Amino acid sequence: MERKLKNWGNYPEVTSNVRSFDTTRMVEKLCAEEKHWIARGMGRCYGDASLGQNVISTLKYNKVISFDVENGIMECQAGFSLDEVLQLAVPKGWFLPVTPGTKFVSLGGAVASDIHGKNHHKEGSFSRHTLSITILCGDGKIYTCSRTENSDLFEATCGGMGLTGVILSVKFQLKKVSTSYITQKQIKAANLDELLVLFEQYKEYTYSVAWVDCLARGKQFGRSILMLGEHTERSELKGGKAKEPLKVHTEAGLNIPFNFPPFVLNKYSIKLFNFAYYHKNFRKVQQSIAHYDGFFYPLDNIKNWNRMYGKPGFLQYQFVLPLDQVEGLKLIMNKIAEKKQGSFLSVLKVFGPQNDLISFPEEGYTLALDFPLTGSLLKFLDELDKVVQDCGGRIYLTKDARMSKEFFHSSYPRLAEFRDIVNKYNPNAEFKSVQSDRLSITR
Amino acid sequence: MKTVLLLGATSDIGQALADKYAKEGYTVWLAGRNVQHMQDIATDLKIRHEASVEYFRFEALDYLSHQKFYNDLPGTPDVAICIFGYLGDQEKAEKELEECQNILDTNYKAAVSILNIVANSYEESGTGTIIGISSVAGDRGRQSNYFYGSAKAGFTAYLAGLRNRLFKHNVHVLTVKPGFVDTKMTEHLELPAPLTAQPQKVANAIFKAARKKNNSIYVLGIWWLIMAIIKSIPEPIFKRLKL
Ligand SMILES: Cc1cc2nc3c(=O)[nH]c(=O)nc-3n(C[C@H](O)[C@H](O)[C@H](O)COP(=O)(O)OP(=O)(O)OC[C@H]3O[C@@H](n4cnc5c(N)ncnc54)[C@H](O)[C@@H]3O)c2cc1C
Ligand SMILES: NC(=O)c1ccc[n+]([C@@H]2O[C@H](COP(=O)([O-])OP(=O)(O)OC[C@H]3O[C@@H](n4cnc5c(N)ncnc54)[C@H](OP(=O)(O)O)[C@@H]3O)[C@@H](O)[C@H]2O)c1
Repeated sequence: MERKLKNWGNYPEVTSNVRSFDTTRMVEKLCAEEKHWIARGMGRCYGDASLGQNVISTLKYNKVISFDVENGIMECQAGFSLDEVLQLAVPKGWFLPVTPGTKFVSLGGAVASDIHGKNHHKEGSFSRHTLSITILCGDGKIYTCSRTENSDLFEATCGGMGLTGVILSVKFQLKKVSTSYITQKQIKAANLDELLVLFEQYKEYTYSVAWVDCLARGKQFGRSILMLGEHTERSELKGGKAKEPLKVHTEAGLNIPFNFPPFVLNKYSIKLFNFAYYHKNFRKVQQSIAHYDGFFYPLDNIKNWNRMYGKPGFLQYQFVLPLDQVEGLKLIMNKIAEKKQGSFLSVLKVFGPQNDLISFPEEGYTLALDFPLTGSLLKFLDELDKVVQDCGGRIYLTKDARMSKEFFHSSYPRLAEFRDIVNKYNPNAEFKSVQSDRLSITR
Repeated sequence: MKTVLLLGATSDIGQALADKYAKEGYTVWLAGRNVQHMQDIATDLKIRHEASVEYFRFEALDYLSHQKFYNDLPGTPDVAICIFGYLGDQEKAEKELEECQNILDTNYKAAVSILNIVANSYEESGTGTIIGISSVAGDRGRQSNYFYGSAKAGFTAYLAGLRNRLFKHNVHVLTVKPGFVDTKMTEHLELPAPLTAQPQKVANAIFKAARKKNNSIYVLGIWWLIMAIIKSIPEPIFKRLKL
């Protein structure tokens, strides 16, 4: 059926023929009938990566295939969500090896974007924990791939944004935990320099991420709250929590039922929010025990929060700069502060070493922030791109809806290799998206 | 432990029902024509809900096989739900007898064939619940889908008769008219979102209605109103409408 589709940023909107499947026979038939598909999971990428002329939704292909409770190995169909993984795994003492800032992501999407979490510096991205994948490729064949079997396909599929084919199933290693809680420490940093020192000082923590006020200027430039966490041990729990140490999350409480009018989010309300967020922590260092749901997914508690940005939607901008490019990071943050267009939550994190074919993470600083879509935004982001490019950094494809193909081609050094593998398994661009056309990967 | 038999278990509504009944602690018997698919569903239910699940090959149009299929089940299910169905292609059915027969046979004849067997078994044991998924399309014939609609109308009438017959034998019969549901059957159609239910919602409503021993339900309340209006339009006017 022809439908108007948008991803999480509500921009762009594309009219697509959307089909779904719940058996391999059905997906093979669909792909044989029609050309130019792109797989789509929960549409949590922000931009145009899972949009196209023909969209294959994986959401009905969502069965768990096996769960080895002894060893924490799970295999699921690609439409199975991280939310569902948690529901099954947590009561048995297992947790996601890597998790993004929302649990409403499909396993197919987790692999195709090679997602990272707050533990990247210690435990790498999702592909580090992916044991094997089955995938229907553009040549009409179903392959199993892993680091050792069809390894070229595996490498190009992790972070490959669906361009090798439709991922059908994913087998991955879970992480052993003894409770579903996180012992967290929050440290206020008065400015960016202090924050970067703190990151270094606390790099042994499994989880770390900082919320940064991108609007503060002068001495307070880059004031932030560094959030650190470790999985809580049984012995640390008291009272009600101790009675149910492996408690699973519950459903979201709040829903934003419609798009907010555009005036709700403006530079004043955003500034106020940032001010309040920073000052909600009275003490310099705060320690507490939080449920994983609150620690990892604070925004999941508000269904459809993206509607706060109103009908025009918003763009998320996430880049990474090599560690030695602190000046570049400052330059970008300065531009944002000047422009007064910062977002609710700007998130800064230090990535550990990684040098994969097409995955986004590489060692350095990564900053992610939302901008409400306004007339002048696209030009402004082009300006930021220039700085990122000069610093040898790059942009996360899953958040992108607008970068130029020139910038993309110059910033992903192993692109040519990636394209060769895509051509091998997807020779006639049977799989392509609005994004892959825009960036001249498949065109 | 109670047992539910799902006839047409690989349908979207069937899968949602399987999940709901498994979650509620029922033993689930899946019946359908795609064995591989049922195996995947069974594995999933076992892991998700630690449920006891079995599956059985069932071809709705092979009437002669129905008695044996039923006899070969490991026991008598407490609840039997007839879910399979075929929307078909209205225009094709107007011209080709085979398509027409497929629609009538799947939605009416096959359902009657298997439920006769279940009904006789329940009458004898003096207990059980029979649930039939019919359709609002059976409430009044319309040019856009009257083959499907008339077969479902027949099925609705059949279920009403069965209810009447089995009431005194302590057997409950529930007729379900789901309205639009977002499933494989309707994926190619443009359905108005406010009138369209998700399969999970249908499954929850069925489970609840069966427990409350309702006779007939629409899943979304609004459908009762819509069908009341559609049924009340006088035929001289109705026949001129494009519905
Ligand atoms: C609030 C929020 C926080 C987030 N935080 C993080 C974060 O911390 N770290 C991070 O890495 N990401 C983060 N993300 C991004 C998100 O994790 C990724 O965009 C993820 O890929 C979304 O998965 P999805 O199932 O929604 O896939 P979609 O958005 O539908 O698709 C994303 C990409 O995956 C491809 N794809 C999906 N399924 C398949 C399949 N079966 N086979 C082949 N290709 C497929 C699509 O073609 C597309 O290229 C966040 C997103 C949100 C909304
Ligand atoms: N979707 C709606 O809007 C809607 C509205 C009102 C009523 N309904 C009714 O709801 C029921 C379930 O349909 P659905 O919407 O869930 O659609 P669906 O997923 O397309 O299910 C139809 C099912 O019927 C099965 N089937 C068809 N012919 C069969 C045969 N000869 N033998 C065995 N099984 C057969 C199919 O089996 P396979 O899986 O093997 O193909 C399929 O599982 C149907 O009775 C339908 O009429 C649906």
